[in-house]
Amino acid sequence: MTEVHNLRDVAIIGIGETQIGELWDKSLRELGIEAGLKALKYAGLHGDEVEKLYVGNMSAGKLINQEHVAPLIADYAGISEVPSTRIESGSASGGMALAEGYKAVASGMEDIVVVGGAEKMTDVGEQEAKDILSSTADQEWETVFGATFDSLYAMMARYHMDNHGTTKDQLAQVAVKNHANAAKNPNAQYPRETSKKFVKNAPMVADPLGMFDCAPISDGGAAVVLCPAERADSFDGDPVEIVSLGQGGDHMAVHERRDIGTMKATERAAKKAYKRASVKPQDIDFAEVHDNYTITEIMAIEDLGFFEKGEGGRATEEGKTELNSDISINTSGGLKAKGRPVGAVGLNQAVEAVLQLRGEAGERQVDQPGYGLIHNIGGTGASAIVHILRRWS
Amino acid sequence: MPIPRFWREIKQRYKGIGSRCENCGKIYFPPRKICPECRRESFQKMEEYELEGKGEVVTYTKINEPHPEFEMLSPYIMAIVETEEGARLTGHLVDADIEDVEPGMKVEATMRKLGEESRDGLIYYGYKFWPLDR
Ligand SMILES: [Zn+2]
Repeated sequence: MTEVHNLRDVAIIGIGETQIGELWDKSLRELGIEAGLKALKYAGLHGDEVEKLYVGNMSAGKLINQEHVAPLIADYAGISEVPSTRIESGSASGGMALAEGYKAVASGMEDIVVVGGAEKMTDVGEQEAKDILSSTADQEWETVFGATFDSLYAMMARYHMDNHGTTKDQLAQVAVKNHANAAKNPNAQYPRETSKKFVKNAPMVADPLGMFDCAPISDGGAAVVLCPAERADSFDGDPVEIVSLGQGGDHMAVHERRDIGTMKATERAAKKAYKRASVKPQDIDFAEVHDNYTITEIMAIEDLGFFEKGEGGRATEEGKTELNSDISINTSGGLKAKGRPVGAVGLNQAVEAVLQLRGEAGERQVDQPGYGLIHNIGGTGASAIVHILRRWS
Repeated sequence: MPIPRFWREIKQRYKGIGSRCENCGKIYFPPRKICPECRRESFQKMEEYELEGKGEVVTYTKINEPHPEFEMLSPYIMAIVETEEGARLTGHLVDADIEDVEPGMKVEATMRKLGEESRDGLIYYGYKFWPLDR
């Protein structure tokens, strides 16, 4: 890994997000604009200060038949003159857009950058939305043979159960915990608690994953405003610093990976992020991890180094990942219960991290957090991105 | 699936033809033009290699909510299979009860109908797996 010198410190000075859910009355551009304007307002900006816009969006072309969505959102946000670029990396599109925004500011190319993410998934039926999600797997060598997106994660779950003794109870506990957190999040799609029995008795989707092991299909948007940390104090509120980021890659098809119960892309991303930030997994107080399925959270908390490989399920069952326990995981409710507006997910995670670090997370507040980590996976794990954040001082 | 893609891959799908890296000897399926182990050294050294079609289950799932194209098969078993040559692939496991499937179960490839282009009824074929011991 190349050591990076002379980068500027980057701060988040504004955050905004929409309600997440089935938002029949809101279009993609409205979702993007709402999130972006909230973020500008939070920072005390008018809009004309913005030098660059990045938009994380996975599949507007398939979901609403609209490509070229970054200038569309810029235009309707009243800043058509601002250069804008869409970033796509499957379900990691939002996190990857944040990384591009970070690099633009850190490099000195731009000062005020807005990074937004938006996805409008419910204009198509649920089955079609799921098929579009599965297009982030290998279409020629996985899905053509009858594999669904659910089934690829189900095989990871089966493998993890066979090799590490992970149980369906432990999978269900991920959903129970994330719903309990979402119950304290007014923007969540499912702001209510659930029980282990309810999750376990849900109809099977792809064994061992049932309907409530899966994140929902959602509409939503989220955005952050970035600036050089040295200028951050001139804007409203307490800034949060993006201390580091790391990105990782892996084989596209699940079958190509020797250890199907590990996401190498996550391990690789985390290793770089920890090294660049000079922190260890033990230094992290809370994390928003990619939990598109319950098994994905269990793998993530292992691959990010919070627990030993194979211990993620047990740690979850023992309550070690609950709010204000050993490490607070998915305080927002995660993709599972806060919702999955797929291209916005990485920005939803950033919004939660900023709320936590600023002490604005209300009932779900982590006690005086030092470092927060956010983790976003593309598809079935061929791409992953990790950011580490803390309060700027 | 669009028709050009179907024709492009027909030989590999019908006959299980992958690639062998002449530099390190590793066998890949689906075929690759570059060996991820040897990278540049493997350029123009990837030879066609026909798999025997025998292997064992690495992991598996039973799908209850399939893609609509596979609806009539539902529920069905998908498996990741490691062939004797060391290549891994994803495929439908037929003629097996889910209760009998486990990692290490010996299977072999069999040619079956995979699906149909909805518009013109073109049927396409490819490999599926069935238990060796059946
Ligand atoms: Zn080689």
